[in-house]
Amino acid sequence: MSQLKWVGTRPIRPDGVDKVTGRARFGADFSMPGMLVGRVLRSPHAHARIRAIDVSKAAVLPGVKAIVTRDDFADQESVFEPAGEVTVNFRDMTRNIMAREKVLYEGHAVAAVAATSVAVAKQALKLIAVDYDVLPHVIDVVAAMAPDAPLLHEEMITRGVDPAPKTPSNVSKRSEFGFGDLDAGFAAGDVIVEREFTTKPVHQGYIEPHACVASVSADGQAELWCTTQGHFVVRAYCARLLGMEQADLRVTPSEIGGGFGGKTVVYLEPLALALSRKACLPVKMVMSRDEVMRASGPTSGANVWVRMAATKDGRITAADAVLKYQAGAFQGSPVEPGAMCAFAPYDLENVRAVGYDVVVNRPKVAAYRAPGAPIAEYAVESVVDELAKILAIDPIEFRLMNAAKEGTRAAYGAKFGSIGLIDTLEAARDHDHYKAPLGPHQGRGMASGFWFNIGGETCVSLALNEDGSASLTLGTPDIGGSRASLAMMAAEELGIDYDKVRPSIGDTAALGYNFLTGGSRVTFAAGMATVEAAREIVTEARARAAKLWEIPEDAVTWEDGLVKPAGDNAGKFDPLSLADIAEIAAKTGGPIAGYARINAQGAAPGFGTHIVDVEVDPETGRVTILRYTAIQDAGKAIHPSYVEGQLQGGAVQGIGWALNEEYIYDADGRMENPGFLDYRMPVASDVPMIDTVIVEVPNPRHPYGVRGVGETPIIPPMAAIANAVENATGIRFTELPMSPPKVLKAIDDAAAAAGGA
Amino acid sequence: MAKLHVSCTVNGDEVEFLCAPEETLLDVLRDGLDLTGSKEGCSSGDCGACSVLLDGRLVCACLVLGAEAEGHAIETIEGMADGDALHPLQRKFLEHAAIQCGICTPGFLVAAKALLDTNPDPSEVETRYWLAGNLCRCTGYDKIVRAVLDAAAEMRGTDHVAT
Repeated sequence: MSQLKWVGTRPIRPDGVDKVTGRARFGADFSMPGMLVGRVLRSPHAHARIRAIDVSKAAVLPGVKAIVTRDDFADQESVFEPAGEVTVNFRDMTRNIMAREKVLYEGHAVAAVAATSVAVAKQALKLIAVDYDVLPHVIDVVAAMAPDAPLLHEEMITRGVDPAPKTPSNVSKRSEFGFGDLDAGFAAGDVIVEREFTTKPVHQGYIEPHACVASVSADGQAELWCTTQGHFVVRAYCARLLGMEQADLRVTPSEIGGGFGGKTVVYLEPLALALSRKACLPVKMVMSRDEVMRASGPTSGANVWVRMAATKDGRITAADAVLKYQAGAFQGSPVEPGAMCAFAPYDLENVRAVGYDVVVNRPKVAAYRAPGAPIAEYAVESVVDELAKILAIDPIEFRLMNAAKEGTRAAYGAKFGSIGLIDTLEAARDHDHYKAPLGPHQGRGMASGFWFNIGGETCVSLALNEDGSASLTLGTPDIGGSRASLAMMAAEELGIDYDKVRPSIGDTAALGYNFLTGGSRVTFAAGMATVEAAREIVTEARARAAKLWEIPEDAVTWEDGLVKPAGDNAGKFDPLSLADIAEIAAKTGGPIAGYARINAQGAAPGFGTHIVDVEVDPETGRVTILRYTAIQDAGKAIHPSYVEGQLQGGAVQGIGWALNEEYIYDADGRMENPGFLDYRMPVASDVPMIDTVIVEVPNPRHPYGVRGVGETPIIPPMAAIANAVENATGIRFTELPMSPPKVLKAIDDAAAAAGGA
Repeated sequence: MAKLHVSCTVNGDEVEFLCAPEETLLDVLRDGLDLTGSKEGCSSGDCGACSVLLDGRLVCACLVLGAEAEGHAIETIEGMADGDALHPLQRKFLEHAAIQCGICTPGFLVAAKALLDTNPDPSEVETRYWLAGNLCRCTGYDKIVRAVLDAAAEMRGTDHVAT
């Protein structure tokens, strides 16, 4: 590849000025004339049958323009349909956006109103009478699997078990991955470690609540503005739930104030459309933080059992795991990706991971950054650390002895291509951080992580404007700087300045289908499509020059942003820039634009290794993060600052998951900490600078070598911190979060046990 | 209950508005005055996305009633740049890529300006504690803290650059 001019540099992002001046419009910043306010009535119960809903008093309240309940949504067939990397079941989806037979969690939507003001809408909600038959509930995953547990779905028969069970349960599905002979593998080991871990649900914690404005006209055509990771997905879901043609619904994404997977589903959007359709006026709906916490998807809490064996000389001989994940109120936890990822960093001959997807009376989980993987790999990376310690082998060396590499058959079945796990481990081993001295009560830990990354359906349009500038239209909402990296690739290909490429996110009418921003796919897949569209422009530019010069197309070359005659034989003509070509476009055949529509294949896995130093205060149990280094294979960092940002942000989310974040429920299944004060996410004073090392093992399937980077960084922190705490205290924690009360109790218990011995 | 008539200044301009007694300053700014740069992340003063200055003091606009603005000077993110000349903090946030999604950015900028107005040479620790009232879920704070320290250095006229 020739010298790169833009790829690998750090220009200012194109949407940057709007974001530092307050001009950028996020979900709740959009308004329309005559707009109504929509509000949702939510269940106060964790589990109850709805006997009746009486809206008659609310309906006659002056200012109330529409009310919707379960009666306003057609039921859907229970079919599991692929939707990008996930599977959806519209029977469940329609029940999640609006309860039908039962409410299945506190916060479950029961009715929605549209009114002329917030005050009227709130008053109307109070006038809606719901007759509930309260049922026993279950929120713990192990309790939900018990034979006598209250059933959320009386008809649910566990899938993936042969023969199928005769009786219903809360277990939606059993999945198993692996190969080899586990008994032989465990027999071959000199040491075996077996541990059981529990993790709590954690919320994606985006600062921007869900928000939308819907406007349905009398002829059924509708517009929807919303904050989402995927407006084409929103269109598909809403059209299905509301019985609309997709072409009749135009969805425009706002700027998005964080998502991390949590804005890949619909909550308010179908309700706002249904209300607008009934009221024949635009309806705006915005969730409160309380609603975000009680009713939008966290990721699973889980129970994970791991057993691994190794020989004295450091070879892992067997690995076995059972993972039980909370799905929330409807099936579909990320236990399958969790089970597939659990042992993926290792080259194993005998491996098995069994997953159980379990419904409980909590909000339906949504994707959260590498869904399922952080939980599974936390457990495995803790056990791997313990094995290394027993064998007296450095934990990085132990991982290097067993690391997956090109050609390794992954535990989930696929054979790895070119991957960078070993590179990240070696970078960690050689980093200053790994050798720095530690003080009293301090410990160091490390852990690695793996995530698949995806490609998927993508359309991009790139227009060469008459003045030689270029307009890049994308269908993947920009959540962390992707407009910059995609414009950089376009500039690189077109040989024009980055500032001459203006990227924007088009609505659902502007482009063909785009799967959502997720799976760490955008810089990879939309990058691939952008490059393809740019190359189409270059090909066309050569054709136009050939026409102008009256020479064959293959006698025209493209070099350093100029079209030139291929050699003296082709004729003597002055080279033309794209601006020159654009100027004569009308005379040489009309407008010039590239359009790529691809189903991007070849997304390469992302591996990362993190090192962390902690200090544990024996008086309070507080764990302080002293130093943190995140290392990851990015394939190729298009804009290194935003790659670093992904590593840093993922690490700090992981710190929150490890040390503080958890849902706390009362005995009635009601969430007790639905706000940022008590659901404690890391703040600036909780963390140090997060050092980063970007390793670049190119992905051969991408024109610039890109691998996705956004999700992997949240995988290693929990185990790395648990391993560091173990080194600081001698205590192996198997429960998250390691919050001060739990750490203090463990320290006190250990001291009492030592004193009593 | 009748609406209240309130006079104040917003970003130096005299402003009059009517607001219900229970409406917050944030409601007034966003819904009444169309100044949507201040964001609503929690409505409980925990996220700092609605940070504004009230007579130069850093407050969460969601914890101030609209009626309490009477006679006071309010500064929001919309008033931070001088025309097309960005404030050094705004420039440094761009240069350091201290933004990912950008929803918390206005609040961080207003809070950081309040810090530098009172302490032109904050340490990293002082900066981190001052900004502890502003939540960012994307960046892990690293680049935000560096941007603030770098802006402070530039505003002091030193060539110290946080690395």
